Amino acid sequence: MSPITFVRPAGDFDERSRAAVNDPAQRKNFRGAMDFLQGKRRAQFPDSAELEGLRMLGEAIRRHSLAHLPRLLEQLESRCHANGIQLHWAETPAAANAIALDIARRTEARRMIKGKSMVSEEIGFNHAMQESGIEVLESDMGEYIVQLAGETPSHIIMPAIHKTRQQIARLFADKVAGAGYTEDVDALIRIGRKSLRSRFAQADIGISGVNFAVAETGTLCLVENEGNGRMCTTVPSVHIAITGIEKVVERIEHVAPLLSLLTRSATGQDITTYVNLISRPRQPGEKDGPRAVHLILVDNGRTQAYADAQLRATLQCIRCGACMNHCPVYARIGGHAYGTTYPGPIGAIVSPHLLGLESTYPLAFASTLCGACADVCPVRIPIPELLVRLRNAAMARPGSAQALLRGSGAARSALLQAVWAAWSLVYSRLGVYRLTSWLMSRGRALSPVEQGAWTRSRTPLTPAPRRLRDLLGNRQP
Amino acid sequence: MTARDRILAKLRATPPPSPPLPDVAGWFDARRQPEDLPQRVARLRAALEAAHAEVHDATHAGWPALLQSIAAAKGLRNLLVGADTPHGASLEAALAAPSSSQLNSGPAQLLRVVRYEGNVESWRHDLFTGIDAGLSYARSAIAQTGTLLLWPDAREPRLLSLVPPVHFVLLDTSTIHADLHAAMVVENWAAGLPANVVMISGPSKTADIQQTLAYGAHGPRELIVILRHAPPAAA
Repeated sequence: MSPITFVRPAGDFDERSRAAVNDPAQRKNFRGAMDFLQGKRRAQFPDSAELEGLRMLGEAIRRHSLAHLPRLLEQLESRCHANGIQLHWAETPAAANAIALDIARRTEARRMIKGKSMVSEEIGFNHAMQESGIEVLESDMGEYIVQLAGETPSHIIMPAIHKTRQQIARLFADKVAGAGYTEDVDALIRIGRKSLRSRFAQADIGISGVNFAVAETGTLCLVENEGNGRMCTTVPSVHIAITGIEKVVERIEHVAPLLSLLTRSATGQDITTYVNLISRPRQPGEKDGPRAVHLILVDNGRTQAYADAQLRATLQCIRCGACMNHCPVYARIGGHAYGTTYPGPIGAIVSPHLLGLESTYPLAFASTLCGACADVCPVRIPIPELLVRLRNAAMARPGSAQALLRGSGAARSALLQAVWAAWSLVYSRLGVYRLTSWLMSRGRALSPVEQGAWTRSRTPLTPAPRRLRDLLGNRQP
Repeated sequence: MTARDRILAKLRATPPPSPPLPDVAGWFDARRQPEDLPQRVARLRAALEAAHAEVHDATHAGWPALLQSIAAAKGLRNLLVGADTPHGASLEAALAAPSSSQLNSGPAQLLRVVRYEGNVESWRHDLFTGIDAGLSYARSAIAQTGTLLLWPDAREPRLLSLVPPVHFVLLDTSTIHADLHAAMVVENWAAGLPANVVMISGPSKTADIQQTLAYGAHGPRELIVILRHAPPAAA
């Protein structure tokens, strides 16, 4: 079985982002949403000294977790085992899906209901289950909307951020049985609630992600506002949690600062409505809760990032989405243009490890390196530095030290190599430099009118009639 | 070699340097202000109310009557409580208490206490469609974020605080912690946790439609907190 991925070819990135910036309605949606989320976050951190201290603490906790990752994963495994949670390891998306399918077969499950889980998106979970005849229903309101529309999430925290109220009203009227057309948000949420309520009770398996996995207690920590996550992890008789191997922390007390950073950075809440700590399946005498709890730990390229001292910082991420909320590129092109499960700055630095640079290198170049992402990152990931590093890897010569990542050198082209070789020649020899600049100013009439991407929205570049050194030479002292 | 062994071997191939152990306790200790009980209760109340929860004060003897009057004002017909709980018994002493099998009988205008008896599988449909409200007892709370800490168990199941559209929580004010870290340390969470701990900081909500806040997404639309104050110490 080969890994199932849904990334579209890299060549399409330019096309999709061009289409996105030329869609004024969508740009308005994203601009409004970004302004809203930036404002909410800002209001949560009035004291910049507190914010900086907390970010340093968050970074220290995540670095500590990563420094001891293999030991903590083993501790999590033995603690979960002692608590009655069954733990599984998957190197690839296909392996993770096969584990879930096997659990479904053994329990004769036909229907799954899912809380928000980005790792499940990353591994193409719904698609894999449906291919085997198992229904997967999304229950987070945003994910439910996106699933009804046959789309993918455009933001890791707010999946339906690209849709207007009117579009959702139309979607519900068309797709939800018994729903009339209404643009009233309360009424729309009531429609979603009503339609999903009975489905929780009918589902055989509940699926969730994990925000933090605590090694010392064997606890899965889930953060949410709606209550669908609690439904998915309580009502069905089997609960399967899916997460990346990097989500582990050593101690329960480590959750306290990370939780504060996560919710304040993500949605500007000092805490979410529900924080759900799951440590065991239903115990003897208990009247509800799943009878079996499974945890699937997914690698999917994370070990590649881990192997590199600089790129390892990618795994500090707690998936708050603040980097995309503050990214001038994301705000203009939206989440779908990236073509990957994780969009925005975090998507640009994590996707190459999940999918290889062949299909993802344009994302590393789609940045102004303005640094807003690193400024707001709650665990201080130096995102611009990692973007530059990935650009170098995409351009790396085969066999060089930069070429260790999957898909290294994917951005190399004969034309580009020739241009840089010529540039290097001209700028390293004075005689060649003078001759070239003289020829260019004399031959300026021959400048091409079509200059690739430059002339798509700008006038062509033409060398000046006189060189700077000539003008300087003519100056009176 | 299994997937597990291969993943662990890859992680062990490049051991990173060990950064110093983060001082989480030091961070929280340095930020904790000295406060008395009324100040702590006031912080909890302000945070809960900001999150759209209703907060009421009651005495040890008076809370069942208060709950009854709130329920009457809201037109609630029944209230789900944990079986064999002290607070359930107090309510039952104040009201008539049929069990969950008698859900659909009796006069509608009176609040009826329904006990969560038997496994959810035996009455899931009634739980999802026939219950107006649930009552939980909070183990403790967090003043800083306006958070109620529930440790569901055999007597007080998990869905009691999630499925009914209105959720009452009874909280003894003496149990309120300053912040989450204090709750973890004082209650020694590191020693092990039950099947489920849930931290609740308001009614269920969503902003997934055009960032517009709506309450009652999948959980309770209303969260009603009854603060039970200890009687003043005898002089």
